[in-house]
Amino acid sequence: MFDLDRWNEIYYALAKNKVRSLLTAFGVFWGIFMLIVMAGASNGLKNGIVEGVAKFATNSCFMWSQQTGEPYKGFKRGRQWNMDSDDLNYILRNVPELEYISPKNFGSRMNGGPNTIRGLKTGAYNVKGDYPEYVKIDPYTIIHGRWINGMDIRDKRKVCVIGEKVYEQLFNPKENPLGEYLKISGVYYQVIGVIKPETQININGRAEESIFLPFTTMQQTYNMGNMVHFLAITAKKGVPVSVVEDKVKAIIKSRHSIAPTDEQALGSVNIEKQFQQISGLFIAIGVLTWIVGIGTLMAGVIGVSNIMLVIVKERTKEIGVQRALGASPRTIITQIMLESVALTTVAGYTGLTLGVGLLELVNKIIESQPAAPGKEVFFQHPEVSITVAVVSLTILVLAGLFAGSIPAKRALMIKPIEALREE
Amino acid sequence: MISIQNLHKSYVTGNNSLHVLKGLNLEIEEGEFVSIMGSSGSGKSTLLNILGVLDDYDQGNYYLNGKKIWGLNETQAAITRNAMIGFIFQSFNLISFKNAMENVALPLYYQKVNRKKRNLIALEYLDRLGIRDWAHHLPSELSGGQKQRVAIARALISHPKIILADEPTGALDSQTSLEVMEILKEVNDQGITVIIVTHEHDIAALTKKIIRLRDGIIGEVITNGDLQKYRDKVKHE
Repeated sequence: MFDLDRWNEIYYALAKNKVRSLLTAFGVFWGIFMLIVMAGASNGLKNGIVEGVAKFATNSCFMWSQQTGEPYKGFKRGRQWNMDSDDLNYILRNVPELEYISPKNFGSRMNGGPNTIRGLKTGAYNVKGDYPEYVKIDPYTIIHGRWINGMDIRDKRKVCVIGEKVYEQLFNPKENPLGEYLKISGVYYQVIGVIKPETQININGRAEESIFLPFTTMQQTYNMGNMVHFLAITAKKGVPVSVVEDKVKAIIKSRHSIAPTDEQALGSVNIEKQFQQISGLFIAIGVLTWIVGIGTLMAGVIGVSNIMLVIVKERTKEIGVQRALGASPRTIITQIMLESVALTTVAGYTGLTLGVGLLELVNKIIESQPAAPGKEVFFQHPEVSITVAVVSLTILVLAGLFAGSIPAKRALMIKPIEALREE
Repeated sequence: MISIQNLHKSYVTGNNSLHVLKGLNLEIEEGEFVSIMGSSGSGKSTLLNILGVLDDYDQGNYYLNGKKIWGLNETQAAITRNAMIGFIFQSFNLISFKNAMENVALPLYYQKVNRKKRNLIALEYLDRLGIRDWAHHLPSELSGGQKQRVAIARALISHPKIILADEPTGALDSQTSLEVMEILKEVNDQGITVIIVTHEHDIAALTKKIIRLRDGIIGEVITNGDLQKYRDKVKHE
């Protein structure tokens, strides 16, 4: 039941020295404010990165050829070599754990100058040769038409899929691009689709600024023979990518007379490992956030405890009178503990509210400024979960009880007779 | 009402021990109006604290209203004080942030009487002591005499069996002191035992029994005919 006298007493005790109480409360306020802001910022960073790659196949690995790093079978160190289309069939036959394999070739930007012409409009874009499977690894949203299919590959059709930005630059707004022709590096291709990326992962240039040709068309049109520049693979469910990666690497090295121990010849990125490292990083950031936040909060709580000790000392006589008049030890303990909990809770709740308010404000600002197409956003939705808020409030009440426990014990040790003697 | 036999009390400070009460025996009947006198260090404050269950003793027996007061924990001591004893202090000891009415009502607060009821009772007591108009004033706004009246009202509100007053007129002028003693006499007339510790002869002369402590024991008890002689002597001084 609400006890007005008790709360009057709490108000009196804290308001007696307002500056002291405010400074003490600030310690707790700052602790919880920092905890909430840091937890929210950590979440914002995590959300930004996770959302940027959310749809990307995290069980994937990419490989590309580089100069050899070791001499092997009569070949010198530093040899230039390339993967080829035959590798794909060999891998498909010998690696049962493989889910998808998609080769990719890159055309240059034609010495940096414009490589694409449509009527009077020209532009310089990344030209890539792809397989239909590639979108299972790095998904794209189809804005118009379709993605490259098996028939395009088989028949080496002169068709292309263009990125959103390419469409914006070479076509009029709302113009239907499908069936139109683009002259890319001197060869005409019919536009069959327009895409925009669903992730922020870019391989050899941004997808929205790229033109995608059927892989086989690109090999043939630009005299690449059966050369493969880049290989994307995914592992079947339940199989670690590194298992597939090791097997594929071993096959490729063996087929191209590369030393099994040569780590340089075949460059690779294991996305699964990268994700694990990022997840580990976020766990570490989370732990650090709580350590720093709770550390700061504890400093505030110790301040409260200290001030409560001073308040008890100042009120020694008053406590003595109350005990002489019949206040039980429990009444005194409850009084001191409530004062401490009230101070920490009010200060902490203010910190919690302002912390959440600040995160909301930042969130609103971020949301009101939509990211430009293709521009990575590494900070999104800085927020704290209800769990964090509940845990923080629990910590506050516990901290208040902790801060009040020592002064309350001290208050109990005051003998009424000694308190009454104090003048 | 109060029965004390062979009471001993020492204070230990470091390696030194000060034996204050040295086998004191005392009987006070219900309804008595007693003053305890003695020179500094004679043990009168120590005795008052033991009587008020504010302090414990080392040896002997202390019976209050037939109940032995010994080995009480803090909660039991608080309940005993609240139910049996009303305290009046020289420096009033009013709670500075509570008004007169709230100060008077404090013992009832510890008995968990609801706020409305206890404030109503407190107003009745302030009325009886003639300071109802000051009920909503803080102690800092009251004169010494008014403060002591508030303290007396606070001591009476829980219907104690005994009023223990430690130098109740020590901080008051002579006129106000007489008024306070008059109030205490009225309280005693209602059957409440009143015990005053004082060093003022004229105040002691207004009680019905004077107990002089000497070196930790009862040195002299002045009552009946001797008391009248004592009063006459004080009057002539």
